[in-house]
Amino acid sequence: MSVPKIAEATGLPSIDDDSAVKPFASLMYDGHESGHELLQPPPYFGDSYLGQVVETLYKGREEYDLAPFFFTKAPDLATIAYRQQIFRDLQEGGLLATVQRFAGQMRKMRSLLRGARAVRYKYQKEGFFLDAAKTYCGAISALHGDLASAELSSRGLSTFRRYLDNYVISEDFRSLAEDTRRRAEDLSRVVYTVTIQGSRVTVSRYEGQPDYSAEIQQTFERFERGATKDYRVDFRDLPEMNHVEAQISELVARLFPEVFEPLDQYCDRYADFPDNKIGVFDREIQFYVAYLEFLATMGSSGLSFCFPEVTDESKEIFASETFDLALANKLGSQKKVVVNDFFLKDPERIIIVSGPNQGGKTTFARTFAQLHHLANIGCPVPGKRARLFGFDRLFTQFEKEEDLDNLAGKLETDLQRIHETLSAATSKSILVLNEVFSSTTLHDARFLGQRILERIIDLDLLAVYVTFIDELTTLPKTVSMISTIVPEDPAVRTFKVVRGDANGLAYAMAIAEKHGVTYKRLTERFKR
Amino acid sequence: MKALLLYRDRDFEFPSELPRKLDLKQELSPHQLDLVQDLELVTLFNVMSGGDRFLFEVAMRVMLASLDDASAIVYRQHVLADCLAQPDLVRELYNIATEAMEVPKKAAWGWSSHYPASILAGAVRALEMYLELLKRVRLIADQHTSDFQSEGFSTLFRTLQLELDDQYFEAVTRHLKQLRFKNGVTMSAELGSANIGVNYVLRSPGSRRTAWRERIGLGTKNAFSFTIPPRDEAGAQAVAGLEARGLNLVANAAAQSADHIKSFFAMLRLELGFYVGCLNVRDRLVTKGETLCVPRPLSWEPPSLSFTGLGDVCLSLRLEKPVVGNSADVHGKSLLVITGPNSGGKSTFLRSIGLAQLMMQAGMFVTAESFEAGVAKAVFTHFIREEDPSMTRGRLDEELSRMGRIADEVSPRSLMLFNESFAGTNEREGSEIGRQVVRALLESNSKVIYVTHLYDLAESFRLELPDTSLFMRAERSRDGLRTYKLVEADPLPTSNGEDLYYRIFEAR
Repeated sequence: MSVPKIAEATGLPSIDDDSAVKPFASLMYDGHESGHELLQPPPYFGDSYLGQVVETLYKGREEYDLAPFFFTKAPDLATIAYRQQIFRDLQEGGLLATVQRFAGQMRKMRSLLRGARAVRYKYQKEGFFLDAAKTYCGAISALHGDLASAELSSRGLSTFRRYLDNYVISEDFRSLAEDTRRRAEDLSRVVYTVTIQGSRVTVSRYEGQPDYSAEIQQTFERFERGATKDYRVDFRDLPEMNHVEAQISELVARLFPEVFEPLDQYCDRYADFPDNKIGVFDREIQFYVAYLEFLATMGSSGLSFCFPEVTDESKEIFASETFDLALANKLGSQKKVVVNDFFLKDPERIIIVSGPNQGGKTTFARTFAQLHHLANIGCPVPGKRARLFGFDRLFTQFEKEEDLDNLAGKLETDLQRIHETLSAATSKSILVLNEVFSSTTLHDARFLGQRILERIIDLDLLAVYVTFIDELTTLPKTVSMISTIVPEDPAVRTFKVVRGDANGLAYAMAIAEKHGVTYKRLTERFKR
Repeated sequence: MKALLLYRDRDFEFPSELPRKLDLKQELSPHQLDLVQDLELVTLFNVMSGGDRFLFEVAMRVMLASLDDASAIVYRQHVLADCLAQPDLVRELYNIATEAMEVPKKAAWGWSSHYPASILAGAVRALEMYLELLKRVRLIADQHTSDFQSEGFSTLFRTLQLELDDQYFEAVTRHLKQLRFKNGVTMSAELGSANIGVNYVLRSPGSRRTAWRERIGLGTKNAFSFTIPPRDEAGAQAVAGLEARGLNLVANAAAQSADHIKSFFAMLRLELGFYVGCLNVRDRLVTKGETLCVPRPLSWEPPSLSFTGLGDVCLSLRLEKPVVGNSADVHGKSLLVITGPNSGGKSTFLRSIGLAQLMMQAGMFVTAESFEAGVAKAVFTHFIREEDPSMTRGRLDEELSRMGRIADEVSPRSLMLFNESFAGTNEREGSEIGRQVVRALLESNSKVIYVTHLYDLAESFRLELPDTSLFMRAERSRDGLRTYKLVEADPLPTSNGEDLYYRIFEAR
């Protein structure tokens, strides 16, 4: 799987190199275990569509229970750095494939252990158990081998590697591995024959009789041409042996006592083999893998991701070629998502977004909220480069269409909510408002907008304010951005929001550009 | 065993199951659909098919899978020459192959079954019928080797004689008898996951001898037996299941063998089907007096295209009389620009070149006195279309989107045919887009033939690319009537829509 290249951040907070001291505890926190995360998403997950992202992100990974990690903002900038380092190690060290392999083996191990508990016949139980142990040992050795040669610069993974180094040379693990190998090897050498004549079943050691189907195939092979239909009836290997198979397995055990007696002893000795901290790693690394895999699904569409610089000192934030992650996810890799840039230069604090409808204003607002959340849980963010703010709280308030029934009551509730938000917000908070007064009169909207903005300005909040009221862009600390409609297929909602005026490209050439058939674009395309 | 009548070294890729209803939109890529629509290829496919659905598909798929190599084209031209000389034998071989397609139905074989035993029985019946058809094919090979000269047919006949020798027929017959397994089933197994038996492999029966001590149940560690009690139905089922695992592979082997023979016949039928289609078209064209020639495939560079008496084959197949042929010599030029009045035969001319190019690259003859051209990697068409009926996008948007899609597939050595493209906007803008597109194509080593009434566009090519371009114009005789003849001539600044107007409006 290819992961899109994630651009470097600049100015990450440095991590003191005291990693030799702390033992491995968690991949999520430096030096202590996880377990205090939010179980419910923060309120802004609905407006920002991050809720949708979580669903896609962890589909098929339910057993790891990862959503709490995604819901919960990192406690400090150092933790963000801790996680970014792990992301970077995974991505740059080519470790993603390693971890995916490991996770697959651990999943298999768990299902085999469940199997061993569930089945009835002795030799089947033992078979499941041995397979589970074999899978586990293989997983640990492979992981150890891969990590040994990996260049790790993250503290999280280095600490874990040290833990693993010690684990694999421990007596517990070494004897488990050795005994498992011997038992499996013995079993794999067992070949027997079953002869069926009516109701009589005879089990013998195999004595080299030739393969009859091979003879048949040989006769006809001159007609061989590619794959034909497979006529084999699919005999589902039920997890449970039937009693005939159980009888056969007992006869096989009698035919090969040198293999089956040691197997009994082995199963007693290693009844509880998997290690706890390996389990912690197995779960938490999925937080990273899931996200990187998710990014990879978008890699082919030419979208970029980067490690944001996260700061709580400067409000001069920016992002280039960023986009709405939920939208990109929904469109898939076939359709291209339009990317946007934004930046704030002191004393700018508030982006006022206006312009034609369906031009991407809401998408822009959502993107802004998403970026900040993602950055603050330590994840790479959509875009080529980004510096984002380490907020204390993030508030969003979006106009909802279904609210339009009760207009009078709605304005009141809206204002009530904004009031609560502004009371709770500090100068380290972020606020995203989207068309909150669109259903009231122009006069009211202008008046309220102005008042609310003044409060936002006073609080020195970072904010995005989507509005249809042009006049608001004249207030201090604000910068105006305008949605533009590219000559698009109206079905595709991919839009550009820019500072100042729309570009002056002639209509026809703009369409040509959109379809990639200008001289410049074609020359590039034909080169491929 | 392969037929190898379409390619020297590989099979033609064809779906094993045709969709129930012919639906071009489902079966073809967008650019193939463009070709079919713009060059009116359905007319040609219809005549090739003689009304047969299968032959239609074959004609269509072979035509659209252009060869891009001159020697591969010549290989097919030679096979076609044999077919044109021996139409009866070719049709007979085709009929045997078609008969083979009926075997599964007659042998009640090929339905998916959950019982290896019944799969095996059906496969054995089918194999017996296939053997008879194979014998007939070999007989033709034996008797007519000298009537075929092409490499394709010689190889096929030699292969048939070599692979289907008498020993082969004997061996197969013997095996079909043994596959009845009268004496029980022995298979080997290994221990898989959870110590359940896996890798059941059927073993030659009767090769293991039972020691007498074992038979009376004494002192052996080599074999243990048990018997399922008569009333243990679940046990009997489980045993049957194990036996089925043993038969599973051999049933599969027999069934796949039958499949292999079937697919040989299917391939033979498909590949011959294309030539049968060629015979059908040849018969029609010759009857109405068209001249046919074997085209000469040339290398892509230097750019070459030259023909005499070239007619639009599809137009001809629709008309009673032979069509007007055109001649041109475009050697050394990678851009041919065709201008002139509406209804002056520009589109027909463009189509005739596209059709001849495609037919040449399928290994076919063309309707011309002579035709030679560089072999393209692919042929693309971008023709003006009616406005999008759903009104979801403007005309220019539709045209450019189509161009964008084509650009995804264009590679160097493409032949691109434009017919009044980019006229969905005003002349200044349309010309600008046309110029940019053509320039990019030419620089990527493609060739362009461009029919346009946009004087600005044509004239700018004349000024900017004098060495790479050739200009032709629909000609008018002095009385204002079109002759459908095109001559080499620079673009004229006036459009002739006026003429058309007067002809239509004054003629009433």
